[in-house]
Amino acid sequence: MKKYLFLLLMGGLITSCKLDNYEPPASELSGRIVYKGEPIGVEYNNVTFELWEPGWGKKGPITVNVDQNGSYAAILFDGDYKLIIPSYQGPFKSIRNAETQSDTVQIPLRGSRTLDLEVLPYYMIRNATFTGGEKKVSAQFSIEKIITDASARNIEEVALYISKTAFVDVRTNIASQVIKGADLKTMNGLQMQVTVPTMTPAQNFVFARIKLKVSGVEDPIFSAIQKVTY
Amino acid sequence: MKKIHYVSFLVLMCVGWSCNDQQFLDKDPTNILTNDKVWQSPNLVLTVLVDLYDRYPEVQSTEKWVEYANFDEAFASSAGEYYRHKNQEYNYDWWNYWDYGYLREMNLFIQKCSEATQLDEASKKRFLAEARYLRASFYFEEVKRMGGVPLILEPLQYDFSGDPAYLQYARAKESEIYDFVLSEMEAIKNDLPSDPNIKSRATKGLALATEARAALYAGSIARYGVNTPQVSLPGGEVGIEAGKAAAYFQRSLKASEELIALGQYSLYLKKPTDLADNFASLFTDKSNNAEAIFVKDFKLKSGKTTDWTIINQPRSIAEEQQGGRLNPSLNLVQSFEKLDNTFAPYSYTEAGGGNRYFSNPLELFAGRDARLAGTVILPGSQFKSKTVDIWAGYQLANNTVISGDNFGARKVLPGKTTEEQVVGFDGPIDGLEFSAQTGFYVRKYQDPTVGSGQLGTRSEVWWIRYRYAEVLLNAAEAAFELGQNAKAAGYLNQVRKRAGFTKDLLAAEVTFDRLVHERKVELAFENHILWDMKRWRLAHVVWNGNATDLTTQPGVATETSTRIFGLWPYKVYAPGMEQNGKWIFKKIIPSNVTNPHRFRLGNYYSFINEEIRSNNPKIVKNPNQ
Repeated sequence: MKKYLFLLLMGGLITSCKLDNYEPPASELSGRIVYKGEPIGVEYNNVTFELWEPGWGKKGPITVNVDQNGSYAAILFDGDYKLIIPSYQGPFKSIRNAETQSDTVQIPLRGSRTLDLEVLPYYMIRNATFTGGEKKVSAQFSIEKIITDASARNIEEVALYISKTAFVDVRTNIASQVIKGADLKTMNGLQMQVTVPTMTPAQNFVFARIKLKVSGVEDPIFSAIQKVTY
Repeated sequence: MKKIHYVSFLVLMCVGWSCNDQQFLDKDPTNILTNDKVWQSPNLVLTVLVDLYDRYPEVQSTEKWVEYANFDEAFASSAGEYYRHKNQEYNYDWWNYWDYGYLREMNLFIQKCSEATQLDEASKKRFLAEARYLRASFYFEEVKRMGGVPLILEPLQYDFSGDPAYLQYARAKESEIYDFVLSEMEAIKNDLPSDPNIKSRATKGLALATEARAALYAGSIARYGVNTPQVSLPGGEVGIEAGKAAAYFQRSLKASEELIALGQYSLYLKKPTDLADNFASLFTDKSNNAEAIFVKDFKLKSGKTTDWTIINQPRSIAEEQQGGRLNPSLNLVQSFEKLDNTFAPYSYTEAGGGNRYFSNPLELFAGRDARLAGTVILPGSQFKSKTVDIWAGYQLANNTVISGDNFGARKVLPGKTTEEQVVGFDGPIDGLEFSAQTGFYVRKYQDPTVGSGQLGTRSEVWWIRYRYAEVLLNAAEAAFELGQNAKAAGYLNQVRKRAGFTKDLLAAEVTFDRLVHERKVELAFENHILWDMKRWRLAHVVWNGNATDLTTQPGVATETSTRIFGLWPYKVYAPGMEQNGKWIFKKIIPSNVTNPHRFRLGNYYSFINEEIRSNNPKIVKNPNQ
């Protein structure tokens, strides 16, 4: 008798959970921050944009982080979202949206979707190639100035960073070479080089990328990360 | 039988009528003091005011030791706090402050005090002035941390109409809050007692010192805000126009000079023969201390005591099984000048690269600013008349190091047969909490009296919020910003003389970097570094996230200093050689310092959380977050 009662209770416990539980959010909004289809590299954990879903009691954005390679992803409930990139985020300006006549982008979400966000960067780093050898990593690249109108900005500095892991920026680099904007003589065929310091434990590869900091803009722009054997 | 019932009923009714219902039910409570009661007696009003004093806001103080370890001044040698040196970034909501409950109580106090009829005029005036001082200090703290905030000067009351819109105030401009603080100080200064012996309550001197500090902050935000144009809001809630700088500096200089002219305060100089000890005593000597202007006081056996000494006492001579938590960094220690007014890192290596040998560890630090030994417990120096035991191990002739992993660990040295101590009872041992992991302990505010390091006794050393040396430095900075270099040099030299400098700085030698440096060393561990770096807009330059080596130019204000370095002394064990028994030093970086600090532009003004902004849509967000 007792055994049956116990089984009944257990059964009750197991099945009752279903009643008051919501389904977790399942729709994924993902994509990249791009300029004419080319992703824009940024620092990890430092560039975000906001999703707002109107109609709820309290106001508060869902903050979405942009990854180093310019990609992002957020798991959301279905709904109508408004996306905004705050003006102080990222080394770029947002493009006026034709539909809303503002910097807001309407995002109706019904199931997962991919969305590349087109923005206007101040500069782009072009054709970055990295080569390693003899305890050195060298880079060749060009810079293209994208915004040339009245809101154009100068280059504060350009840097080559190398890092032990695939996180490469000012915080995690193990060696760097920095050229101040004023000392930049050309925008094409730039060359930079760093010496790889001794690492413990030793590894025969590093990760490298180029940073370009625009003066008056906090977030720098980066080239794609590349693994270099030396 | 029936008769008895009637009679007793009659008696009962009489008893029931005879008591006055009004009085019977309306009794004064015996466990709380009512408003009417409080506002009759100055003593009771003071108890209300004391609570408001007690809630005076602060980020760093001797009661919050660990806040000193957030930047490049000190390492937190305590197991739960290493994350402060592993963090890359400061969260945007760090240092935020939005205590409108406190403000409401101050506004209520001011309202009730002005309406009180049974207080004598003199005490009423003083109470009102004190409450207004505290309210202005609250706004000063808000504007330092958050920028402009809603300026509310009366207790707000909700009318339960369902629409709270009339209670929603927008943020005032940053300059408006500073202007409010300055005008309040002018308005109340003559209502406050002009008595330098009052330290823990507001005085005329304090009002002037606050005015000088606030005006200086506003002035430098106006002047140096141009370096960070992004740190501003279109409505002026953050950022002050550059054109206002000069007026603020003039106001600051005027207030400082008015305080100086009072002649009530002077630099502490009771021990002119030992200036380092003099500087240490300045913070612990509570009798006739003419330098302290405003303090938070503590008293033994009163329940109001401080544990700064318990937390930070050198482990080797500690009165409990703890201490040694705050370890000043080499970054700070090397910032103290040489007595010939020049800057230099410590020369513990020869030009060729080999070690320099010292017969005593203190030799390395000789000939430096007296404030060094007054602020920091150096290896080989004394605290509570006992020599601290800071040494990291023995270095042998072949450059191998013999050390242990616990306080005063013992090992057998080569060529010997018995065990002996191979590391100091204060460490430094990397990763061992309470050991001097940078090679230094903090001395400032440590109580030299016996028992101050015991949990059962604690200490009654006060915490100084405003002191005369800061007023002189404020005056020097304001004068410098106004182009009056000779005057600036005069004020600066007063402070420097007390630190043991015999050669005065000339007017031409006073530079911005000099002023930045002077505040760094004079006011270390006194809740200034963050606000100073913010108002000069240097925080994102100095703590820029670059993992650079320790700077070799400690006198340059913009030098990167994102990681904490240490300097460990070793004894040399090389029997038969000339260096045997001598000391050498090695620069280290504690293994828990894994990441450089990065102060982002969004850290200049702290985050106003979504709850606040959602409740009041007029509140705008701070920039760059």
